[in-house]
Amino acid sequence: MIHEKTTPAIELINVSRRFLSPTGKSLTALRDFTMTVERGEFVAVVGPTGCGKSTTLNLVTGLASPSAGEVRVMGAPVTGIDPRIGFVFQSDALFPWRTVIENVMAGPLFRGRAKSDATAAARDWLARVGLSRFEQHYPHQLSGGMRKRVALAQTFINGPEILLMDEPFSALDVQTRVLMHEELLRLWSEAKASVVFVTHDLEEAIALADKVYVLTAGPATVKSIYTIDLPRPRVVADIRYEQSFIDYSRTIWADLKEEVETSYARAAA
Amino acid sequence: MTDAAMDISAGAFRPGTSDAEIEAAAAKAVTHRRRTVMFWRIAILVAFLALWEIAARLAWIDPFFYAMPSAIAVRLYEWTTEGTSEGPLWYHLYVTMEESVIGFVTGSVAGIIIGVALGRNRMAADIFSIYIKVINSIPRVVLAPIFIMILGLGLASKVALAFVMVFFVVFHNAFQGVREADRAMIANARILGASNWQLTRSVIVPSAMSWIFASLHVSFGFAIIGAIVGEFVGSRYGIGLLINIAKGSFDAAGMYAAIVIVMVVALGAEYLMTMVEDRLAKWRPQPLHETQ
Ligand SMILES: Nc1ncnc2c1ncn2[C@@H]1O[C@H](COP(=O)(O)OP(=O)(O)OP(=O)(O)O)[C@@H](O)[C@H]1O
Ligand SMILES: [Mg+2]
Repeated sequence: MIHEKTTPAIELINVSRRFLSPTGKSLTALRDFTMTVERGEFVAVVGPTGCGKSTTLNLVTGLASPSAGEVRVMGAPVTGIDPRIGFVFQSDALFPWRTVIENVMAGPLFRGRAKSDATAAARDWLARVGLSRFEQHYPHQLSGGMRKRVALAQTFINGPEILLMDEPFSALDVQTRVLMHEELLRLWSEAKASVVFVTHDLEEAIALADKVYVLTAGPATVKSIYTIDLPRPRVVADIRYEQSFIDYSRTIWADLKEEVETSYARAAA
Repeated sequence: MTDAAMDISAGAFRPGTSDAEIEAAAAKAVTHRRRTVMFWRIAILVAFLALWEIAARLAWIDPFFYAMPSAIAVRLYEWTTEGTSEGPLWYHLYVTMEESVIGFVTGSVAGIIIGVALGRNRMAADIFSIYIKVINSIPRVVLAPIFIMILGLGLASKVALAFVMVFFVVFHNAFQGVREADRAMIANARILGASNWQLTRSVIVPSAMSWIFASLHVSFGFAIIGAIVGEFVGSRYGIGLLINIAKGSFDAAGMYAAIVIVMVVALGAEYLMTMVEDRLAKWRPQPLHETQ
């Protein structure tokens, strides 16, 4: 028992992932990738576009399996889709033919909870993300920020112990984004989940995370890991003006920039 | 009330115009537009019928072949009040509708089920696609004599023909709809906890629904074609039989009258289908050009 409590939430051990292109050529997206996420830890992952960040998350969900190496979740190897995992997608993944509340209820209903029970839970979550008045709206009747909040409620209602987020807020404007950051940090501190947060935005990564992973240009390997020692609870809107935040930004950006440049040089060649 | 209507009238407002006035003007513009559309629709129909009537009466076209609207109206009146030479019109209509509806329902249900099943199963799709292509390449109407030979002059042969007319259209769209289902949405459902069956039922089928409906719109018309062609080739009752008899006695008005009946029925069915679809698809955003 004691051993189980102390195993990390997510371990990727020397993982590689290859894709076969339509022409039959093999492409390596991840090579010798090693990463550990402790329980309750908030990890942000940054790296140049196309390096293999989404691929990494897919391996953890069990939607895809590694070509080599091992992926472990809560100390056990991943064999399929794990019910303890929640995933917030980069693109809009709500069901457009369901109302807001039906979207939020989807998870509990899929998992066999009673309808009345699911409705009550969904109401509760809609209240928490501030969308009670929009229960009966359809997704196309909401703004982008509201849809994202529905997506958060839809994921959080399942009470995930591990939360994977793939550039969840990249389509939002700056103000809404800051609100969503506050919201996410609040939900995270209540739920005590382990989070892997993929982003292009270095400041977002530093403001939110305990640790920032910088990946190399594809095939992705871990280039460096930074521990962010900013006190919690954090006020995302203000933290970016603190000296230590600025120092972190400068150091990590210098590191990331090299990889971004390599990536662009390669794409142009 | 729509953006388009507002845009047209917006230029005319001075500052200080109240919301109520803007709304009233917009509502007026919408009504006006609707009336104009209706006026032209009716005007074109009347002009067409009048031209036909005059052309036939002045012998620009031979009424023996082309009949004329008044003669068709008279024939329709006779059929509805006195019945046809083959018995009451309603019975013929009933028989044709029965064949079309059974063929339509069975054909679309089979098309949806098999389309979704093959859409979800790559292997099966690869294996069966070649056979479906082969069968699909047969012009459906040549099957009529075969079905009548095998299944007889009654209901079964017409239903079979209506079925094959409908099946392939619906199958094709259901299959395509399943294939186009959004990857992220599927992944989302699976992570939220959907089993394979839940995924099919509450994600794949709903997202294929607009494709399926597009095919249902045309396929009731196809079912009627199937039934009528079947009746045409061999039957004892039905609108197709009426057309066949009218042809045999060189009764042009009778043929056109039967066509009018089919047109009315097909339009009615299309209208019903649109109503059902609107009801099911209230989640979809309004298309930009729609004014209501
Ligand atoms: N299904 C697939 N088949 C073939 N190649 C793939 C597939 N999925 C991803 N790849 C390739 O793997 C590499 C990594 O893709 P991935 O989506 O993980 O990048 P990413 O880091 O998430 O990029 P971005 O930041 O732009 O989202 C890319 O070069 C991509 O072309
Ligand atoms: Mg990605």
